[in-house]
Amino acid sequence: MSMDKETVRKVAGLARIQMDDAELETMAPQLSKIIDWIEQLAEVDTDNVEPLANVVNINLALREDKITDGDCADKVLANAPEDVQGFFVVSKVVE
Amino acid sequence: MAQLTKGKTGEWETVIGMEVHAQVIAESKLFSGASTKFGAEPNSQVSLVDAAMPGMLPVLNEHVVEQAIKTGLGINSQVNKHSVFARKNYFYPDLPQGYQISQFDQPIVGEGTIEIDLKDGTVKEIGITRMHLEQDAGKSLHDQHPTKSYVDLNRSGCALMEIVSEPDIRGPEEAAAYISKLRMILRYLGTCDGNMDEGSMRADVNISVRKPGAELGTRAEIKNVNSVKAVQQSIDFEVQRQIEILEGGGEIKQETRLWDPDKNETRSMRSKEEAHDYRYFPDPDLLPLELSDEQIERIRKTLPELPDEKKHRFMDEFGLSAYDASVLIAERPRADYYETVAKDRDAKLAANWVINELLGILNKNDQDIADSPISAENLGGMIGLISDNTISGKIAKDVFAEMYKSGKDAGSIVEEKGLKQVTDTGAIEAIVDEVLAENPDNVAAYKGGKDKLFGFFVGQVMKKSQGKANPAAVNELLKQKLS
Repeated sequence: MSMDKETVRKVAGLARIQMDDAELETMAPQLSKIIDWIEQLAEVDTDNVEPLANVVNINLALREDKITDGDCADKVLANAPEDVQGFFVVSKVVE
Repeated sequence: MAQLTKGKTGEWETVIGMEVHAQVIAESKLFSGASTKFGAEPNSQVSLVDAAMPGMLPVLNEHVVEQAIKTGLGINSQVNKHSVFARKNYFYPDLPQGYQISQFDQPIVGEGTIEIDLKDGTVKEIGITRMHLEQDAGKSLHDQHPTKSYVDLNRSGCALMEIVSEPDIRGPEEAAAYISKLRMILRYLGTCDGNMDEGSMRADVNISVRKPGAELGTRAEIKNVNSVKAVQQSIDFEVQRQIEILEGGGEIKQETRLWDPDKNETRSMRSKEEAHDYRYFPDPDLLPLELSDEQIERIRKTLPELPDEKKHRFMDEFGLSAYDASVLIAERPRADYYETVAKDRDAKLAANWVINELLGILNKNDQDIADSPISAENLGGMIGLISDNTISGKIAKDVFAEMYKSGKDAGSIVEEKGLKQVTDTGAIEAIVDEVLAENPDNVAAYKGGKDKLFGFFVGQVMKKSQGKANPAAVNELLKQKLS
């Protein structure tokens, strides 16, 4: 499968990565090569094989419904570029 | 019967499917131990998992899983023993992970049906497509600053159940009945408090219109519909909008629209369009969720009597009409109250008093049945006094008013105020004679054929007895004496 420039532009947009035309031109063939390489996996016959979620036979761990965390607004906000009265402050996002 | 809307080119049928988000009642969040309590200080109920700090891992809340199973059983749906959590990728400031942990192609609950009750007394089945568990997002405040938005992550990571219906709903009335019934079931189950004001239940409504019998039309998805009234209003608006476009030769664009309750209109949310590529994939931090038959059966045994079962039991056991039964079962505490009142008593009379008098006065004073100054035992006692002829229905209204005011039981009020009904025929006969003697003209007129005067004599006798004469005895005696 080859990734054309427009597909790379779309994927970059979804990932919020800004790329100019020159970068798209460079990236498209590189990404295509990576995908081609991975696509070799499609050659393996997986008919009648259940998807494998993990290689060791364990079940999903569950926890009791108890309040054991939170109440640490200072830690949560520690890396925020801007905060006011306990809120994160970001550029206006409303339409 | 499908409800049709008349347009210029004929009639249109509305087709609706709903996605209801219901916050699961639990102490802590879906994947972290932070509290879910509503109304706390901003960001005070956020763990480093909810804030998506690097390296933090989600651990699933066992109780939430049980709540989801309970809900699946309560909405008559298939509980899937194998389900998978997936990442739904998008960017928004109130979603610190950059993805929402949800379920995609393998949800915890599959197909089912619920019954809705319509005004004309008919029952309609609405299909459930699926129900899955997912994380709620945080909350953004846009009105605190001219150029900034404020973000509170307290709600981030709270457990939601998203219940998706089939496009079986045919108009605003059915949509309202659907969300009301769903809310009732969740409240009976105790899996969601159904509080739409606080956002613990929210609906997205998918609406399209078509000529009856035609292929499905293109739909618009309406977001932010947060009350039963808003559900109805947004459908009314959207149906008109779509019919006008189609009849004007235009086409409906498949898009997300926002309901504005202040302006009573829906408007396009353009920014949502491009983001609709969510690139779901199984969350590598979480193994598939496996349930056992034993676990599901154990939870099935804890299910309470659900609204529809209760309704049918009230109709069979107490001889109530479908309407009366549906009013009484609307809230579980109300149904419990009624059952106490009706226990070993005239159940229909009890239903009348609870529905017409008690709910009437509670509504007027904006009270809940839990705040009722009249206990169920005391109201039952009063019903007993009516049934054994100690008081008449008319006197009972005064007793009821006094009970509401003082909270006392009916027996002591009747005793204190001397309201006991006079059933002694001798005493009533004396009053009847008095009334007839005082009104010779009317007696003559009655005998001359003015039958309507009978009511006048009854009224006079009741008045003289201060309402205490047994009405049946009064009727009987008057009939004898006037014939």
